[in-house]
Amino acid sequence: MSSGFDIIVVGGGHAGCEAALAAARMGCETLLFNINLDSIALMSCNPAIGGLAKGQLVKEVDALGGEMGRIADRTAVHFRLLNASKGPAVQSSRVQCDKQLYRLAMKATLEREPRLRLRQSLVDSLVVEDGRVRGVVDELGIFYGARAVIITTGTFLNGLIHIGTTRVPAGRAGETASVRLADCLRSLGFEMGRMKTGTPPRLRASTIDFSRLERQDSDPHPRPFSFTTQRLREERLPSYFSYTTSETHEIMRANIGESALYSGRIRGVSARYCPSLEDKVMRFTDKDRHPVVLEHEGLETEEIYAKGLGNSLPPHLQERIVHSVPGLEEAQIMRFAYAIEYDFVQPTQLRPTLETKLVQGLYLAGQINGTSGYEEAAAQGLWAGINAACAVSGRPPFLLTRADAYMAVMVDDLITRGVDEPYRMFTSRAEYRLILREDNALFRLAGMGHELGLIDAETAALVKERQRRIWAVIGRLSNARLYPVGEINDLLAGMGTAPLKTPSSLFQILKREGLSYDDLRPLPGWEPVEDEEVKRQVEIEAKYEGYIKRQREAVEKLRDQEGKRIPPDLDYDTVAGLSNELRMKLKRVRPETVAQAGRIPGMTGAALTAVLIAIKRLERAPVSTAPPDETCID
Amino acid sequence: MGDTIAAIATPPGLGGIAVIRVSGPEAETIAGRIFRPKGAISRLRSHTLHAGTIVSPSTGEIVDEVLAVIMRKPRSYTGEDVLEIHCHGGYVVPRAVLEAVLQAGARPAEAGEFTRRAFLNDRMDLSQAEAVGELITAATSEGARLALSHLGGAVGARIAAAEERLMDLLARLEASLDFGEDEGIPAREGIADRIQEEVRLLNDLADTYRTGRLYRQGAGVVIMGRTNVGKSSLLNRLLGETRAIVTPLPGTTRDFIEEAVDVVGLPVRLTDTAGIRPTDDMIEQAGIDLVWERVGKADAVILLFDGSEPITAEDRDIAERLAGKKVLYVINKSDLAPAFAEKDLPLAHADATPLRVSAKTGEGMETLKEALYRLLTASEKGEGEHDGCVLTVLRHRLAVEKAVFHLCQASGAAVAGAYPELIAEDLRDALDALGEISGRTVNDAVLDRIFAHFCIGK
Repeated sequence: MSSGFDIIVVGGGHAGCEAALAAARMGCETLLFNINLDSIALMSCNPAIGGLAKGQLVKEVDALGGEMGRIADRTAVHFRLLNASKGPAVQSSRVQCDKQLYRLAMKATLEREPRLRLRQSLVDSLVVEDGRVRGVVDELGIFYGARAVIITTGTFLNGLIHIGTTRVPAGRAGETASVRLADCLRSLGFEMGRMKTGTPPRLRASTIDFSRLERQDSDPHPRPFSFTTQRLREERLPSYFSYTTSETHEIMRANIGESALYSGRIRGVSARYCPSLEDKVMRFTDKDRHPVVLEHEGLETEEIYAKGLGNSLPPHLQERIVHSVPGLEEAQIMRFAYAIEYDFVQPTQLRPTLETKLVQGLYLAGQINGTSGYEEAAAQGLWAGINAACAVSGRPPFLLTRADAYMAVMVDDLITRGVDEPYRMFTSRAEYRLILREDNALFRLAGMGHELGLIDAETAALVKERQRRIWAVIGRLSNARLYPVGEINDLLAGMGTAPLKTPSSLFQILKREGLSYDDLRPLPGWEPVEDEEVKRQVEIEAKYEGYIKRQREAVEKLRDQEGKRIPPDLDYDTVAGLSNELRMKLKRVRPETVAQAGRIPGMTGAALTAVLIAIKRLERAPVSTAPPDETCID
Repeated sequence: MGDTIAAIATPPGLGGIAVIRVSGPEAETIAGRIFRPKGAISRLRSHTLHAGTIVSPSTGEIVDEVLAVIMRKPRSYTGEDVLEIHCHGGYVVPRAVLEAVLQAGARPAEAGEFTRRAFLNDRMDLSQAEAVGELITAATSEGARLALSHLGGAVGARIAAAEERLMDLLARLEASLDFGEDEGIPAREGIADRIQEEVRLLNDLADTYRTGRLYRQGAGVVIMGRTNVGKSSLLNRLLGETRAIVTPLPGTTRDFIEEAVDVVGLPVRLTDTAGIRPTDDMIEQAGIDLVWERVGKADAVILLFDGSEPITAEDRDIAERLAGKKVLYVINKSDLAPAFAEKDLPLAHADATPLRVSAKTGEGMETLKEALYRLLTASEKGEGEHDGCVLTVLRHRLAVEKAVFHLCQASGAAVAGAYPELIAEDLRDALDALGEISGRTVNDAVLDRIFAHFCIGK
């Protein structure tokens, strides 16, 4: 066994599965460890994939040949397009999946991969020599050699579950925590922190009075995540809405001291965007009710995920809380809600490839990096898997910029800014969100996916051809001139839109609110377009025109800085003109490019120039022989 | 570096000619927008002076008759395309020309930025490069501190308040975008009205730049103190050249010496005065009376003490008589051992903070200018309609105008029923523009606000 693998992945969650698949598909002999092979790709919390900004991540994973979107499509029982009333850049898909089908489908996919082996075992330690990872040792004392190791342990590192005053070491309810690996990372010198998350109770469907609750059905005509998906399942399961009551809040307030979270027993940091019921009641006292959403966990189970009721109260209080919610008066709890604390590695210790700076060949992805969410994990897993495979096979690293993808925004945020609460993707984190959309993920990334060997040539060619057609149509619309004459204005009036005052192009008219491509049919110069996707892209380009142009210009402006590398041996102590605070940050983050340095919180333009000057000195650039034309007072 | 920068390259003041320097890829485009050469010239010859006029891109009016020269890269000071405009000197004209340049697409240069660019473009040898390092140190430490301290006054408060309100609007929009499925986030209700209200307020603020009396006429500041505390030396140091005659003999300065100094963008007329002392000399007494008359008209007084000698009765008398004025208390000769503690200083204003400087070594000069700027622009009753909230720095006014531009777009988009993410885009741009003044960045602040105000999440 010791002769080894190219790549070992430790942990078979959403990050680990994508990492292992990408590595194996890029030709690396890969081994994936999981403590229990029956919990591969398990959705520990919500039985849902996607959501605002997260849907974009899933689409990006898909456009780079990842698996999350495909399996979500195959196992989804409820589809929603979020923000449907807003613009395309902030629309996101969200599906609820059958939890067991999802897990099994992912396991089957892993099993079909010829270069990928699965092993049920707990990895205890890493073997590191001369600053390079050599392999891992598992709980049975077996050494597995590897040229790169990707750790994707989720909440398992020193996991500790809290229910009221009860504490149980566990990586997830019913599964053992990974304690020795956490110690190993610490002893290697990694700066670790502690975070907290939680999961709501699971209730029994047959004990819930759904007749009193507001029902939400799946969208009738869903769009799948994956470009490869041909068909979706037939079965659909609805969701139901209820609300907490003043009784719920009274129970909470009267007993808040029994909550693990409010009794000071938890020191891990929780996410502000995912407050427990304790936080909602105690912090937002002006709200007299909070929403509760009931979601089916699958087709073959009665378990219901009670979104909004997450807490860390003892069992008897959980019962009272649940029963205080309309429709849940008689509900049986099948699994109690709990809070869980776990170790994470401060991600400023990572390179843009997600390789650690401390140990060569060691990569970290997912919750271990302080993130939360399946989609964030999957995207990092894919990123780390691709980069580990590139490194092992002597290819240049695969790096995207913040203008290319949400996943690059996330990785850059993590490694440049670090985290002080679980990191979740938001559209507002992406400064170029108008160009980072679900609908154009394939256009943005499929070509690169093909170069990596993760997207087939046929798809790549198709995407390219479609892109060509989109620009051809835009070109045609822009050249089709309309003049403010009676005939044209009559047509426009017929379409219910304002008359022209100055000459305009069809493209400019398409820009108007509420007009679709086909609405322009009566106007001269319009031609039918068969491909719905082409039509949609043209419409979006028109609606966002001006704004998209501004974002693309901003991207162009930064391109120089993105390309300007900072020598790894730059000694920040010798850089003149830096404040101590910035000096410390620069030494900690060690940005690889000038653009990355510019994104360090607190960075100023002058300090960035100081860094540029230091680089210039280091390069010892040959001095221009022509003397300056004059001197300057400035 | 990418963008194009501009600044007045000659020292501020009353010189006959001033030079406005523009450097960057847009230099020639900017020349095309504002410079009308005499005679039909299709393209300006490099390194050749051309006579012509500067025309304001906003009003179309002629700003000045000038000589202009284009120096195409790489043979220029910075190694980039450089435009230099030689215009008439003084305060008003060079600023107006600079304004035209900025309106045409340049941004104001930071301190030392031309030199930095020269260095980065290999237009300097190593010894010159060493000096650049020092320059950067000065610019970053001083610049960062100054940028913050300017905002202590009424202008800062007003910008900060506008930022607060816009940030609230943006947080509302962003919350509805990132947590759209959660209930109870009324993103767009009345948003156009609220944005228009900000446009009105910021327009008022931008207008104060032109109407500000300090900007129009410059501020009058009198340096006074008993004899031989170093008033003339201080003036010289602030001017950076020897103008007043300095001798150790008391009473050297009999007449007023008035010089113009640029104090953080504010034109200041500094008057050096005869030392105040009891005297039997009728002529000297007449001079001293004149000093007090001057003081009566001045916007502020720098009251100078000699830190190396004990405080005298004269020091006290002078301080007492300044009770009704804006006074900057300055202890000179910080290079010598102090003869008294700051708390022993006779202050007519209990809350004033005395500064220690050395006119001889130059120590504390930047702090002094900054304090003087704050004193002059500080809010004061009787300042008229602006309550002392007057924009005096051109860069600030341009930033406010940029914010107004983006806010107009935002409210237009809101009225037209555009997608909320586009309104958010314009709001962000407006906040970024104000951030050029305040140094605040938007992103984290908005997320913080969302989490503080909205109960969000599963």
